[in-house]
Amino acid sequence: MTDPDRAAAADAVAATAVDAYPKIVAALIRITGDWTLAEDSAQEALLRALDRWPADGVPANPAGWLMTVARNRVLDVLRRASVERRKLRELAVLAVTAATAEPAWEEVTDDRLRLIFTCCHPALPIEARVALTLRTICAVPTADIARVFLVTESTMTRRLTRAKAKIAAARIPYRVPQGPALTERLPGVLAVLYLLFTQGYDADGEPAFADEAIRLTRLLVRLVPEQPEASALLALLLLQHSRHAARRDDNDDLVPLDRQDRSRWDRDAIAEGVRLLAGSPQPGPYAWQARIAACHATAPSAEETDWRRIADCYDQLARLQPSPVVALNRAVAYGYAYGPAVGLTRLAEASSGGALDGYPLALAVEADLLARQGNGERAAELFRAAAARTPGDAERRALLDRAAAR
Amino acid sequence: MKYMMFVCTDPEPDSDHANHPDVEVWVTENDAAGRRLQGAQLAPASAATTVRVRNGQLLLSDGPFAEVKEMIVGFDLLECADLDEAIEVARAHPMAWAGRIELRPFADFEQ
Repeated sequence: MTDPDRAAAADAVAATAVDAYPKIVAALIRITGDWTLAEDSAQEALLRALDRWPADGVPANPAGWLMTVARNRVLDVLRRASVERRKLRELAVLAVTAATAEPAWEEVTDDRLRLIFTCCHPALPIEARVALTLRTICAVPTADIARVFLVTESTMTRRLTRAKAKIAAARIPYRVPQGPALTERLPGVLAVLYLLFTQGYDADGEPAFADEAIRLTRLLVRLVPEQPEASALLALLLLQHSRHAARRDDNDDLVPLDRQDRSRWDRDAIAEGVRLLAGSPQPGPYAWQARIAACHATAPSAEETDWRRIADCYDQLARLQPSPVVALNRAVAYGYAYGPAVGLTRLAEASSGGALDGYPLALAVEADLLARQGNGERAAELFRAAAARTPGDAERRALLDRAAAR
Repeated sequence: MKYMMFVCTDPEPDSDHANHPDVEVWVTENDAAGRRLQGAQLAPASAATTVRVRNGQLLLSDGPFAEVKEMIVGFDLLECADLDEAIEVARAHPMAWAGRIELRPFADFEQ
């Protein structure tokens, strides 16, 4: 066996796992109710494939191969524990469907949706929902999740164990909510996916799990196509992620939106995002955020950005989902659409509750508006104050550059 | 699956009293559906006595064991298929609005 064989087999395992892994875990959880056993068995199937496929060749139905191996391991463990016959029979059936070229897709699809809704159940703490989603559905190693969320691996292991124990002890159902309950629970699932995208940043400031978040949201859209906010979230993620390649310069410094090389933006992602947004009758919060992102993404240059339309979108967003940060961004949009004086008025309104006190982004916004009014000295002062409160290196350097630039 | 539903007070209740559900309706409905096995209102916490035995010696103290703003004022024992059903039952109780409710599953030693 040569190294290229091994590499090709590893690629085949990875390519199959992206789609097959959550299906296998989901099906095994449904039948056994045992999350740890399901995960361990699916992981072992991947390891076995890495071991066998370079020598034996990639099987004709790689996903079915993985399902069969994982299922056999579950059977072994359960036989040893002499589990009731019903579960063993269901597992036997599972092997038959997995071995045929066309498995029972309907059922498998439902399984993954069940898994998403259970991982994102609101009775679990929010950090546990994000971690459980990454671990169980995306198969991200616990150590990687721990590193990104700045906790030790043993802390993350405990968090995951506690969440799985609660699912079992409180009997959190393994089910997709139906009817009005689906509409009620979906925003919670979307919030977890958005957190996956935005919160889990690597040390260099890149969203570590952006690809996972986009893949899962895409899956969710396929599974609940009648829910416009799911499509809107996918659009938002695609549009934000389209700028990925242009966000940093050669020194690894963050490049602000208006100075990014727009030729490096991902046109396919932008086109898909815009397409997804077309024709949502009653836009929700994600739809308005996505429309704002689309305004930026489709502007031929920073100067040609349609700021008035963006300001309108922020009006709608602030109405649906009022928050200090939305109010702050609305002030920015008004500042570009109607001039810095109007922006400062909106900023004063946004700050009046005190929620933005000392918030570095609010200081930077005020500094920017003052600089554009010609008050460079006060602006530099505020840029420095914002920098002093900003933890990220790249962000801090960008603010200090602005302070020096006047 | 059995859930103990602790009915508690809360310092920040929902202010719109007109919307609060009726407790009699809640009891009648859930008794009829077999989801409520029993339940009762409790005397105020000032009537509580805490009992401990240390080194074989009986220690009694007046009042509840924890001084908290949220006090247990009642309980209902539920029989539900899963947590989602128990949550649906709890959210329809007036004290989910006027106070707060804790759902605690019975320990399952079969697992």
